[in-house]
Amino acid sequence: MANTSSIVLTARALERTVLRMADEIVERNDGTDNLVLVGIQRRGVQIAARIAAVIKTREQIDIPIGALDITLYRDDLQTVGPRPVVGKTHLPVSIEGARVVIVDDVLFTGRTIRAALDELADFGRPARVGLAVLIDRGGRELPIQPDVVGKLVEAPPGARVDVFITELDGRDEVVLDLPAAQ
Amino acid sequence: MTAPLGKDLLGLEHLSADQINLILDTAEPLREISERAIKKVPTLRGATIVNLFFEASTRTRISFEFAEKRMSADTVNVAVSASSVSKGETLVDTAKNLEAMKIDMVVMRHGSSGAAKFLAERIESNVINAGDGMHEHPTQGLLDMLTLRQRFGTLAGKKICICGDVLHSRVARSNIWGLTKLGAEVAVCGPRSLLPSAIEEMGVTVFSRIEQAIEWADALNVLRLQLERMQAGYIPSLREYNRVFGVTRERLERAPRDILILHPGPMNRGVEIDSDVADGPHSVILEQVTNGVAVRMAVLYLLAGNSPQLADAAKGVA
Amino acid sequence: MTDILLRGGRLVDPSNKLDAIGDVLIRAGKIESVGGNIAAPDGATIVDCSGQVVAPGFIDVHCHLREPGREDVETIATGARAAAAGGFTAVCAMPNTDPVTDNQAAVGFVLKQGRAANAARVYPIGAISIGEMGERLAEFGEMVGAGAVAVSDDGKPVVSAQLMRTALEYARTFGIPVADHCEDPTLAAGGAMNEGLVSARLGLKGIPGEAEEIMAIRDILLAKRTGGHVHLCHMSTRGSVELIRWGKDRNINVTAEVCPHHLSLTEDEVEGYNTNAKMNPPLRSADDVAALCQAVKDGTIDVIATDHAPHHNDEKEREFSDAPNGIVGLETALAVNLTWLVKPGVISLSTLIEKMSCAPARLFHLPGGSLRRGVAADVTVFNPTAEWVVDPKLFKTKGRNSPYVGRTLTGRVGCTIVDGRIVHQVQG
Repeated sequence: MANTSSIVLTARALERTVLRMADEIVERNDGTDNLVLVGIQRRGVQIAARIAAVIKTREQIDIPIGALDITLYRDDLQTVGPRPVVGKTHLPVSIEGARVVIVDDVLFTGRTIRAALDELADFGRPARVGLAVLIDRGGRELPIQPDVVGKLVEAPPGARVDVFITELDGRDEVVLDLPAAQ
Repeated sequence: MTAPLGKDLLGLEHLSADQINLILDTAEPLREISERAIKKVPTLRGATIVNLFFEASTRTRISFEFAEKRMSADTVNVAVSASSVSKGETLVDTAKNLEAMKIDMVVMRHGSSGAAKFLAERIESNVINAGDGMHEHPTQGLLDMLTLRQRFGTLAGKKICICGDVLHSRVARSNIWGLTKLGAEVAVCGPRSLLPSAIEEMGVTVFSRIEQAIEWADALNVLRLQLERMQAGYIPSLREYNRVFGVTRERLERAPRDILILHPGPMNRGVEIDSDVADGPHSVILEQVTNGVAVRMAVLYLLAGNSPQLADAAKGVA
Repeated sequence: MTDILLRGGRLVDPSNKLDAIGDVLIRAGKIESVGGNIAAPDGATIVDCSGQVVAPGFIDVHCHLREPGREDVETIATGARAAAAGGFTAVCAMPNTDPVTDNQAAVGFVLKQGRAANAARVYPIGAISIGEMGERLAEFGEMVGAGAVAVSDDGKPVVSAQLMRTALEYARTFGIPVADHCEDPTLAAGGAMNEGLVSARLGLKGIPGEAEEIMAIRDILLAKRTGGHVHLCHMSTRGSVELIRWGKDRNINVTAEVCPHHLSLTEDEVEGYNTNAKMNPPLRSADDVAALCQAVKDGTIDVIATDHAPHHNDEKEREFSDAPNGIVGLETALAVNLTWLVKPGVISLSTLIEKMSCAPARLFHLPGGSLRRGVAADVTVFNPTAEWVVDPKLFKTKGRNSPYVGRTLTGRVGCTIVDGRIVHQVQG
C-alpha cells in the first residue's frame, strides 16, 4: 500500500512563512543589534540566509550568518556509526555576547538542537540563544522549545516531514509523508 | 550501518578512490576545529585509544595524539622501550593485554612490514597503521594528498614525483597507490640503489636525474634520506647525494613551472633538500603538518562506532 | 617376519622400466618376486592394491628432524613417522641441529634414534664444517664410518670457496656427495621473500635469484675443478636450472634437487604476509616454477626433496620478517607432486617415482629405490587419484606450518613398507 503524502507548505506559503519568521525574530530580539543567525547544516543554513535577506530588505542591515555542522556532536556515533560526509562549521563573527538565533528546517526530538547548543558553547558565550524552525513536528525527547515556529505540524512518530528548498532541491515545498497502514 | 572504511586503516593499496576521497572530504571541514578557541569536539568522548609505538616517532605520534584529543578520546601512549615487548613478549600478547583493559582503537607504528595487518586480524579494536616497516604509512599518504588537492583543486592529471629512498619508504608506497587511484601521474627519482628493482611494474615513471624530475613535475615529494643508508652502502656519501639528487633552489629555478615541495619530515637540510627550498615560497611542508591532524581526525571519526565482526572471524586463525 | 603380498596394483619402477599391473611378494625384508598372479604363501599378509600404485619407497634426501635441540618442534621419531605417513621409506636428516651433527658420536645418535622410531629409515647427513661455522672441515671419514651418507652445512651456505673446494676434494675419498645450500649471504642478507613486484609492494626485503645462482655456478665450477660430487639443494630459479644444465652438458659431477613447494607455489602466496609461505630459498615467480618443472621433466633436476622444516606455531605466528623460514613437507610431498605435476601432465608418474625414489637411492648410495628381486623391501603403495583436504591436525609431524592447509590435493599414501614391514597403513 502506498504512503499518503500531503503538502504542508507550498512554495508561496513557504515564502510567506519565512517573511513572518524574519519579522518575529527581529521583534523578539528588540531589533537587529548583535543579532547572528546560525543555520544548521544542511537546509537550516539556506533558511537562515533567506531570513537574513528578508531582514536586509526590511531593516537595511546585513545580519551575519553562520553555519553549524553538528555531526561531530551527535550522541549516536557508537550505535549508528559515522555519517559519511561531515559539513562545514563556520561562524563569521565572534558569538561572545551576541544574540544568536539557531535556524533549522524541522524540529523533532530536539537532539540536533542539543548538539548545536553544545557546539555553540565551544565557540563562546552568547548573551542569548534563540531557536527558529520552519516546521515543528512535535515528538520532543529533550526539554527544548522553539521561540519562532514557521508552522506547527502534528506528525505521528512514523511519519516523515520533508523540506525541499530551491537552493538544494530545485523547488520550495514541505511534504508530510504518513506511513501506509497505521 | 557499517563504517565506510571497514574496521581498520592498514594502507591505501586496497582502498578505493571513493574511500580515499571520503577521508579527504571529511578531513577538509575538520581543519576548522584546530582553529577554534576550544579545539575540541566531543565525537570520541569515552573512547580509549592506545598509541602503540615500536619505533621512535615524534611527529606522527604527536599528530595522532592531537587528533585524538581534539576528538575528545582518552589516549595512552605506549613506547617500545617502556613496554614489555623488549622483554620478549610477542606482538599479539602485547595487543591482547591492552585489549583486556578495554580499549577501542590502536594506532601502531612498527618496524616490520605487515605488522599492522597482523595485529588487526587478531584484535577486535580498530587498528590504524601509523607506519609498518617499509610497507605503508597511509595517514601520511592521505595528508600529502589533502595538501596537494587543496593547492591544485584536483589530483587528476597532476604530475607528482617522489624523490629519494623509495626502496625503504613506506611513505613512497602509500603515495604511489593513493595518488594513482585519484588519477595523478606518479614518478620516482633517486639512485637506482634506492629504488625497488620492480619499480616500473608499480605503474610509475622513473627518472634517474633530479633535473628531469623537476622538468616534468607539478610537485615533488622529497623523502627523508636516512643516514643509515650510507652506512649500509646504498650510497657513497650524503655530500654526493646532495650534489646529484638534492632539491636545491638553483635546480628549481630552472623548472618550467612552479613546483610545490612536500616533505614528510623530519628533514635533513642540506642532504635531500636545501633550506632555501624547504623554507621557500613553494614549500607546503607546514601545511602538510596542519593537514596531518585533520586527516587523522577524519580517519578516527570514520573508523569509530564500527562493530568488530571482522576480528571475530580472524580470531579463529590462531 | 610375515610375508607380505601386494596384490593387483599398478607396479611402477623406473629403475626396472616396469609399469604393469601385478603382484609383489615380500619375504624376509627383501623383494622376493614381482609379477602377475603370485600365489599367496601360507600366513602371508595380503594387501589389496587394486586401483593403487606400487612403487619403490620414496627417499627424501633433505629434511630437518630438529633432534637434538628442538624436540619441542620435531623428534627423529615423529619425523620418521611423518615420513612413513607420506610414503617415504627413508629420509636423510640434515645436521643443523643443536648441537650440530658434526662428529661420529652425533651421527651415531641420529642412527640410534632412527632405528628406535621403527618407521622410515633415518640416514644422518654430517656437517661439512665443525659447528656449521664454515671454518674447519668436520671429520668426514669418521662420520661416514658411523653411518653418515653425505655432508652438508644446510641451513647455511658454505661461504668460503676454499672450504667448499676442500670439502669436494676430501669427500671423494669416501664417495659421498657434498650437498650445498646455495646462497650468497651478502646478496640475501635481511631478505624475507623473492625480490620482485610482490616484495616491492609488501615492503619486504627481497632475495634476488642471483643469490642462489652465484653460489650454484661457483659450486659447479669447483666440482669441475675437483671432480667431487656436488649436490645442489632446493634449487629455485630458472637461472639455476640453466647453470646446472651447463654443468651437466660438460659432464661435471653435479646433481640437483627441487622441493615440491618450488614446483607448485609462487611468491604470490606471501600476499597478506602469510608466514607459512616463508621459506629459504623463497617461493619465486611463475616463470621460475615453469622452468623448474621443465627441468624435472628433462632431467636437469635429479631429485625432488622436501626440505621438511617444522617450526612451532608461536614462531610462525608473528610478524613476517621475524618468522622463521621453512614449512613441513613430508606428508604433502607426494600429493603436491601428483596434483601439480602428474595430474596436469607435466611429468609422468614414472618420472615422479624416479625423482622421489630411484634417483635419491642412486645418488646417495642408499638401499631401496627399486622393486627388483633381492632388493631391500622398501615399498610405497598409494592411490594416485584419491582426493583429500590437508588438515594439519592429522599430521604425524609436530609441525603445522604448511602453505597447503585447507587445500584439496590428489593422491594419498595407502601403505608404506620398510625393510619388509608395514610401518604405515591407511585402513579402509
